[in-house]
Amino acid sequence: MIFELNEEQSLIRQTVRDFAENEIKPSAAERDENETFDRALMYDKVGELGLAGIVFPEEYGGAGADYISYAIAVEELSRVCASTGVTLSAHLSLCANPIYLFGTEEQKKQFLTPLAEGTKLGAFALTETAAGSDAGGTRTTAVRDGDSWVLNGTKIFCTNGGEAEINVVFARTDKNAQKHHGISAFIVEKDTPGFSFGKKEKKLGIRSSPTSELIFDNCRIPAANLLGEEGKGFKVAMKTLDGGRIGIAAQALGIAQGAYEEALNYALERKQFDQPIASFQAVQFKLADMATEIEAARLLVYQAAYKASAGVPYGKESAMAKMYAGDVAMKVTTEAVQVFGGYGYTRDFPVERMMRDAKITQIYEGTNEVQRIVIAAAITR
Amino acid sequence: MNLDLNEEQKLIQQTAKEFAEAELAPVAGQLDQAGDQQPFFDNLQKLAELGFMGLNIREEYGGAETGVVAFSVALTEIARACASTAVTLSVNNMVCEVIQAVGNDEQCRQYIPKICSGEYPAGAFALTETGAGSDPAGMTTSAVFDGDEWVLNGSKIFITSAPYAGVFVVWAVTDKEAAKGKGISCFLVERETPGLSIGKKEEKMGQHASATNEIVFTDCRIPQTALMGKLNDGFRIAVGELAGGRIGIGSLALGVGLAAIESATGYALERKQFGKRLADFQATQWKLADAFTELEAARLLLMNAAFQKEQGRSFARAASMAKLFASESANQACYEALQIYGGYGYTSEFPVERYARDARITTIYEGTSEIQRLIIARDILHSFS
Repeated sequence: MIFELNEEQSLIRQTVRDFAENEIKPSAAERDENETFDRALMYDKVGELGLAGIVFPEEYGGAGADYISYAIAVEELSRVCASTGVTLSAHLSLCANPIYLFGTEEQKKQFLTPLAEGTKLGAFALTETAAGSDAGGTRTTAVRDGDSWVLNGTKIFCTNGGEAEINVVFARTDKNAQKHHGISAFIVEKDTPGFSFGKKEKKLGIRSSPTSELIFDNCRIPAANLLGEEGKGFKVAMKTLDGGRIGIAAQALGIAQGAYEEALNYALERKQFDQPIASFQAVQFKLADMATEIEAARLLVYQAAYKASAGVPYGKESAMAKMYAGDVAMKVTTEAVQVFGGYGYTRDFPVERMMRDAKITQIYEGTNEVQRIVIAAAITR
Repeated sequence: MNLDLNEEQKLIQQTAKEFAEAELAPVAGQLDQAGDQQPFFDNLQKLAELGFMGLNIREEYGGAETGVVAFSVALTEIARACASTAVTLSVNNMVCEVIQAVGNDEQCRQYIPKICSGEYPAGAFALTETGAGSDPAGMTTSAVFDGDEWVLNGSKIFITSAPYAGVFVVWAVTDKEAAKGKGISCFLVERETPGLSIGKKEEKMGQHASATNEIVFTDCRIPQTALMGKLNDGFRIAVGELAGGRIGIGSLALGVGLAAIESATGYALERKQFGKRLADFQATQWKLADAFTELEAARLLLMNAAFQKEQGRSFARAASMAKLFASESANQACYEALQIYGGYGYTSEFPVERYARDARITTIYEGTSEIQRLIIARDILHSFS
């Protein structure tokens, strides 16, 4: 048993932290305010650091690192900017990873390599208006026509939507199948005729990360773009989300860590009743609880990542990590705003943004309610 | 990072688990209900023979020398079956460790092997007084040097294992004029020493098989050689050793919490209401998911603290985090487990009410949750300023 990062993991933490502090943090508030996705900064530079495909083998353009390194990268980006964190997480976990896991050799060369190298951005389109936690409600269709599949329907809440060149899209290929049967996964490239983007969502948080509607209107893609077996798309989605939870858990962890550090620094400086507010037990107990729960969340996240890299089942662990880290992020950011008092409620300090950003981590990639169902099912199986 | 137990740690965990299931679980209910207490002592002896009284103690003193991680996982397995046995084990290991860390070679050879071998069923850690709980520096028990002996006067309360402890680690004021916490020293007192008497046994909510008593010193004379560590350095010793004890109590709490929620899971899979199993209702699933997640986080915090201690690094913050989180999570798990059992959970027909009572003390002894938070906060603020 070794509870410490190895050299590679420590180096990644230091490298990403320096980059995040120096390059990402300075514009985080402004990008949030203006809802701007600065691709050159938030993705291209992240790719130049070798993070876009950090966990994939070098033969596909990846860095060959483990999942703990990946979690650390998302954590460190999210510590200063949750939008940048989720851009990487959605790209790597939700788009590149299913292609790595289920793609043919040809698909990996064609799609995974540019994703992993950071030259193309990825997205994942599963959710629909009537299919949120219940992916079995998918209505988007794909019909085989000669050497093509023809897609029709609309996807919503797609992270990196409208920006991503490569999209993993789920559609029903067997209308007669019920619920989660008869769904298949496809790779759809931006600029394919019949593929367009609808409204970009106005959101509470992660406002610098684009979230868009994807519209398929007789969108014709090559038959070779079927990802995995026909009719087995639900399995592709579930396996993908198992891994995606590590990314979101790491994002939540990073948000919590960032808010905690802000609160701690403020508590040491801010004076009331002639002493720093950090000298009051009421504030000390908040800081102690924040630090303890963040440490607990971190260990759950790294454990899920450790298991993912070890090749052992980790669905329960990633659900625990995502659920717990998301709840901790919400709690810690709320308490951080409380430590800042009235100032915390203003946009002059980052904890206001962090609290808004934290909320989504309890919702996307499986609400925390769905995580509890996953965990309970694993326990009572 | 490698979050897997090594082979030796797994073996110890397995040994503890098998012993707990075979020997402790069958008698835990009876011990709690003040039945024949002999099995408690028989089991302590067997555990000593298995090497569990000195898991982190060097072989030369009769210890098993298996490390802190092994200590933690063993204690959790023991506590799943019987918290009273587990706390006795935890304190015995702590007493051995404080003597090993602070005592001279002669003191180590004199006492540690007796605890490790089971010759002494227990050792005791005598710090708390009526007026000195969370604030131990406020103690008034005194030790005055007279001739070539120390003379102890005062009383200690809430002393685990007092009626059957062979040796007591006792803290007393040796310099009344010194600043608070600077005039306290640490002594080793044998149980047959004249002037040492065992006072009333507390009637407790839980952990019934583990005796908790007052001890009284009335002109209790002990030799000069009974001083352990440096004169007036006792408070620092107490604070340092309690950090290690916290890993023990956190591990114990984890075991009780797991026993409660695992038992409730089994019940939820059998019990039917409204034509469905309780486990089929989301309200029950939520309780299980939250309890298992928090106990898993507690386990990782404990493993982390144990690892840091084993590596010889500072581990006070990690140990306080682990003890705080594990004891609070265990209580929550017991509360929800009892709720799942409903009215049956409130009866002694099922062990869950015992688990709930046994868990309650874990947020209190060896530093309340409030003290853990203070330690964590001070450590954070200290490292930042």
